[in-house]
Amino acid sequence: MSTPATTPLTAGTRRLIPLNHALPWIIAAVCLFILPYVFDSRSALTIMNQMAITIVFALSYNMLLGQGGMLSFGHAVYMGLGGFFCMHLLNWVEAGLWLPLPLLPVFGGLFGLFFAFLIGSFSTRRAGTVFAMISLGVGELVAACSVIIVIFFGGEEGISGDRTMGPEVLGWDFGPQEQVYYLTALWLLIAALGMFLYSRTPIGRVANAVRDNEERAEFLGYSQRHVRWMSFMASGFFAGIAGALFAINFEILTEENLNLTTSGSILLVTFLGGVGFFVGPIIGAIVFTLLQTVLSLYTEIWALYLGILFVATVMFFPGGLAGLLAMHVLPWKLGKIGHLVVPYAKMLIPALAFVLSAAAVLEILFHKRHAGLGDHEMNLYGITFDSHGAMPLITVLAIAAVSLFAIVKLAPGLKAAWDDATHMGGHHG
Amino acid sequence: MKSVKKLMLGVAVAGLTATASFADTIKIAFIDPLSGPFASTGTNGLHQYQFAADAVVNENGGVLGGMNFEIVPFDNKISPKESLIQLQVAIDQGIRFIAQGNSSGVANALTDAIAKHNSRNPDDRVLFLNYAAVDPALTNDKCNFWHFRFDANADIKMDALTDVIAQNDGIKKIYVIGQDYSFGKAVAAAAVGMLGAKRPDIEIVGNELHPIGKVKDFTPYARKIVASGADAMITGNWGSDMVGLGKAVIENGFEGPIYTYYAAGSGITAAIGESGKGRIRLIAEGQINPPVSDEASAMYKAYKAKHPDGNIDQPRIFNVIGMLAKAIEGAGTADDVVAVAKQLEGMEYQSIWGSKLFMRPQDHQLIQDMHIQVHTDEGVEFDYDGSGFGVVRESTVSMASMDIATTCNMERP
Amino acid sequence: MSLFIVNILDGLVTGLLLFMLCSGLTLIFSMMGVLNFAHASFYMLGAYFAYQISLFSGFWLGLIVAPIAVGVIGALIERYGLRRVHKYGHVPELIFTFGLALLIEEAVQFFWGKSQQAYEAPEALDFAAFQIAGNTFPAYKLFMIFVAMGLFLVLLYILTKTRVGMTIQAALSYPETVQNLGHNVPMVFMGVFGVGTAMAGLAGVIAGPVLGTFPGMAFLLGSIVFVTIVIGGLGSLWGALIASLLIGWIQTFAATYNVRMEDILTSLGFTKPEPIWDSAWQDLWTLTLPQIGPILPYLLMVIVLVVRPQGLFGKRET
Repeated sequence: MSTPATTPLTAGTRRLIPLNHALPWIIAAVCLFILPYVFDSRSALTIMNQMAITIVFALSYNMLLGQGGMLSFGHAVYMGLGGFFCMHLLNWVEAGLWLPLPLLPVFGGLFGLFFAFLIGSFSTRRAGTVFAMISLGVGELVAACSVIIVIFFGGEEGISGDRTMGPEVLGWDFGPQEQVYYLTALWLLIAALGMFLYSRTPIGRVANAVRDNEERAEFLGYSQRHVRWMSFMASGFFAGIAGALFAINFEILTEENLNLTTSGSILLVTFLGGVGFFVGPIIGAIVFTLLQTVLSLYTEIWALYLGILFVATVMFFPGGLAGLLAMHVLPWKLGKIGHLVVPYAKMLIPALAFVLSAAAVLEILFHKRHAGLGDHEMNLYGITFDSHGAMPLITVLAIAAVSLFAIVKLAPGLKAAWDDATHMGGHHG
Repeated sequence: MKSVKKLMLGVAVAGLTATASFADTIKIAFIDPLSGPFASTGTNGLHQYQFAADAVVNENGGVLGGMNFEIVPFDNKISPKESLIQLQVAIDQGIRFIAQGNSSGVANALTDAIAKHNSRNPDDRVLFLNYAAVDPALTNDKCNFWHFRFDANADIKMDALTDVIAQNDGIKKIYVIGQDYSFGKAVAAAAVGMLGAKRPDIEIVGNELHPIGKVKDFTPYARKIVASGADAMITGNWGSDMVGLGKAVIENGFEGPIYTYYAAGSGITAAIGESGKGRIRLIAEGQINPPVSDEASAMYKAYKAKHPDGNIDQPRIFNVIGMLAKAIEGAGTADDVVAVAKQLEGMEYQSIWGSKLFMRPQDHQLIQDMHIQVHTDEGVEFDYDGSGFGVVRESTVSMASMDIATTCNMERP
Repeated sequence: MSLFIVNILDGLVTGLLLFMLCSGLTLIFSMMGVLNFAHASFYMLGAYFAYQISLFSGFWLGLIVAPIAVGVIGALIERYGLRRVHKYGHVPELIFTFGLALLIEEAVQFFWGKSQQAYEAPEALDFAAFQIAGNTFPAYKLFMIFVAMGLFLVLLYILTKTRVGMTIQAALSYPETVQNLGHNVPMVFMGVFGVGTAMAGLAGVIAGPVLGTFPGMAFLLGSIVFVTIVIGGLGSLWGALIASLLIGWIQTFAATYNVRMEDILTSLGFTKPEPIWDSAWQDLWTLTLPQIGPILPYLLMVIVLVVRPQGLFGKRET
């Protein structure tokens, strides 16, 4: 048993956590409720909102990629169009339409569904490359339209509105970030539960069958095209909800909500988290948002780290972060998870040293190349030094080399421990 | 999974609090692209801000009896969404002054968000120092009390530019081309309207918009411009769209002057190089060549010593810092932004780059001298991009558009 | 009329440049079933390598060395990256190349910064070859045409006259059979990937001075390359050539001829609402052909895929 996910796309609804029980959902709800008491600054709330939106979006994307086997390069279209429509709705609310803000995501979802219905009618006829390329083409077309059709999309500056203009709900006008957080969290739960339940329905399960073997599904009497179309519409619906939540949080939608960069990054998020598991996209969305928002405060070359992380994930852990966690389910069930603690702890030190020193090498080289002349002073991990001197570079290179050596030396021990932990039987099985 | 979530949020919050504010400096958030395709402009701007803060304020004893300015960079990846997130992070760090300039789209998002934030959170209001976004709407229909623009807007620049063109009797036909979005459209509308009023005999032989950032090869556009027989062309293009258009037009045989808004610095001067010599003209504030004074010359030399590959291609950044410092001194506080804003309104200030400055109180648009500058390597004391080429002042419209009308109807706190 | 001839020539330059990228990409796809998302990134690497070399020794050495360097990097990536991912299936492979594209862009920024680089055409070619009604045709563009044509002829020769080429051609049509015949398929894969990326690198070397050498250059061209080979038909070299030229000309002519929706609508008997900025149809009335020029290839691709999923000249379905 090496990796459980040698073909990461073959198990869309595998479970890391028993989601068909109520307990995980209740725990999640309680966590979502408590979080603002732990992190109460507005920026933390904004980042958590951003995470929640990305989670809904990534989960809806995984309905296509993970559960339906459809690779889309234009999923931002459905989130964006849902969001744009909601922004117009908000402006109509400001003009006098009666609509409580918490209901807005329903309409965003319906609008996303409507467009998924239209575009899916021709794009889902085939799977594979044809579907991927049509999604790319449609994505590019809609993004280009957003600059041309100014009356709906507002051109390059987008359209904005004010979320506080609707009727108050329970005394909330949704001005403060905290109120918006609870609204977003509520919809996160609803949407996640909805998507989970969808995957349990017969139509959701048939989507897996079509993904794995189109012909067999046809023989069983399911039109593969209709199944794909249904998944596509369901996915469009939840993407539209994510768009509505975006409209509520940021009160502005622009071309970037539709373009290929956004579509590409949700692919990245989903794959990073792991397409084979329901919770994969959730983990991916959290990690990605943190990397993008927090890491970029500390280093200019955050996108380089992100690229390395992503490529390394595809190469070494195609099951994504969730796949990595799932590998430990077996040792857990065998009651041998404890056997891994010591080898992991041993490995942790050189691994951490290697990552930090390798990053330091990059940072020093980058500083040397791009900082202003005479700006030799550099601060890394709280240490200030001269980036142009040879010593710092030699030091971190030496640390990197030593830690790499240690990793190589420790690897067989870890592998033995792993084999032991994943096999039944006694200590020396 | 939960533990992962917890761990990650723990990391996030550690991150957010580790940079928490210290009260001994006055912080200015610089929210502009520091990664991605427009990063060179953003990084250049950041260097100018950091240098200006040191040279104008910190090395002269700071403000309010010794408080220094500190520029805190935030990378918005030129995305409105990221800008709004970074704005929240900046506000949470106790920052009260937000500087941004690249892209009117982002500026629109920020000015809107800041107005909403200030009305929802009266206790920690912030000011928006817009140093480069020139969409006229920002000081007209979309103006608000918290927004101050230190660059001349697109209409003001076109007003000055057409004044100069109107005096050139050799120009009979003009081609107007720009990027297909709000700013490109504003430039085109202003060009057509103002030329029609000042020189009705000039024929607009072409007026078109091309998709922004999507044109790989400008040759077909260049062909059209040459074939139209235009004597001169006007463009508001920036970034790689400017380089591509400028090079293609010159390469394919266009002979006349090319009037631009943004054809200098950030690698553009070096990329255009010899081919655009004496041809590319630029309407901008702030005179670099010849230096207006020994002080300006010394300032530029000091900057070059620090950033030999860099340029002072946005001299107005020094005005932002200088005027903000003066306003904070005048208000006697850096925490009450309403008092600082009231000081900025109507402020007169002498720029180190040789112009009188006046912040119009009715729309918060800075009024200043506008210069037509030419791209050349002759008489260039300070070149751009280390290329030997730079811009030299040709003519000046002083206090351009002092009385230009505004539709701004500002609500004051 | 003279403008028309100039446009034909300009479109030819664009189309042939596109073909230099598409030919490599379609070879890689046909052999390995991988849509290489990072293909345009190798094009960018070619331009940057050539720029770096030109700083020391001028343009011509870069013309030779840069594509080889790019090809070697491509082959190494195939050997140590793509081959590893191959066993997981095609989607992870595609996602791998997608990540690679991001990584290469970041790496380029890491080394060369974010500004446009002053990579220039050689001075020997810096003159006007000829002139048509005031429009000059730079000698460098003639040079580009010759290089692209030369590459096409060499490729054609290798594919039709040499043993290696026969194997590749056979693999284009019958990948499984060739494998069963005992050819060293992994070695062929690595070779094809290396050569394909080297051709993209060569395209970058000669396009860099004209289209600009900056970190966004790959992204700007990336998806259009896909669109071209999909329209032409995946796996068809002739299809790639024809689609490249077609798109080159579409883009050139769409940018040149200012067909306005206003004229079309008026001739159809509609009256323009006044004032136009108050009308719900303002965007339709002010639409022009140059505005939508860059998205025409995408529109064409969607239509082609819906009507004929194997592309214009493709034989087997994707």
